[in-house]
Amino acid sequence: MKKGVFRRKRKREMPGLNTAALPDLIFTVLFFFMIVTHMRDVDLQVRYDVPQGTEVQKLTHKSSVSYIYVGRVPGQPADSFYVQLNNRLATMADIKAFVEAERARMNDDDKPRMTVSIKADRDVPFGMIAEIKQMLQQSFALKVNYSATEKVKR
Amino acid sequence: MPGLDTTSTADISFMLLIFFLVTSSMDTDWGLPRQLPPPENQTQQEEELIVKQRNALCLKLSADNVLTCNDEPLKVEELSKRVEEFVANSTDDPTLPEMSEREVHLLGRCKVSDRHVIIVEVSPMATYDAYFQMQNAVVAGYNRLRNGLAQSQFHRTYTQCNAEQRDAIAMVYPQRISERSDE
Repeated sequence: MKKGVFRRKRKREMPGLNTAALPDLIFTVLFFFMIVTHMRDVDLQVRYDVPQGTEVQKLTHKSSVSYIYVGRVPGQPADSFYVQLNNRLATMADIKAFVEAERARMNDDDKPRMTVSIKADRDVPFGMIAEIKQMLQQSFALKVNYSATEKVKR
Repeated sequence: MPGLDTTSTADISFMLLIFFLVTSSMDTDWGLPRQLPPPENQTQQEEELIVKQRNALCLKLSADNVLTCNDEPLKVEELSKRVEEFVANSTDDPTLPEMSEREVHLLGRCKVSDRHVIIVEVSPMATYDAYFQMQNAVVAGYNRLRNGLAQSQFHRTYTQCNAEQRDAIAMVYPQRISERSDE
């Protein structure tokens, strides 16, 4: 009798897991990521550590934001700071042309709310920031955003 | 006809998923939004210089990141409170800015602090962080005043108010900051 029980168990086969829906699941996750993320469009050549603030706000309308990076370049002395526009290092004089190019790139809805986000290292001397601000002022890009991270309130 | 073998579709889509994970970034940008004044010409600047003593709060940031407020040293942590007291002038102190009475949409007749000026002078040698902390403290002072008014009038925070209510509040406590570069 015992023999019979074992024999019956051997015959029973585990059915394979049905994975037909797996690709659909993965595709759903893929689409989710494609929608919520955006492509990394610049290669950062400068290293920076933005300041921390308590009154920071989230930047909306990504398409109307242009970025100016200010920071150190690896391999260069620690007290020299560089400005990066798009993918290359630039000088102060290039900022006007950069703003014009960014403005031309934007559609008409975004133009009036064009914002320039300054991502600058904490140790950058203010003279440099002032110079950038002056350049932006002269090219009528009057909305600026000092990029920062949120400090947790105690 | 045998069914198409779709076992590897999962692998292919996994690869696509990983590609997107690597090439994209999800970071949202946070920051302190500020509005720059339009480029000014010489005559305008001279006009602006005439500000009554009581209406001005003079913030200076020296080359070694020391903050002074009307030539007295002040810690950044105390700055937002100072700005709050300065802008609101709730006790009608004659040493604090003049208030003017105005008709404000939604709020009726009320006292408006539209004369005060916060004058900011930053040395080009000061660090960006010191400048940022100062700006942050000034904005914190304004935000606290605006939030207080929004809570008492509209029972919600300033950011939750609609555009009309925000305009009314911003009229009572306008941000009047003048930045000067000493060159």
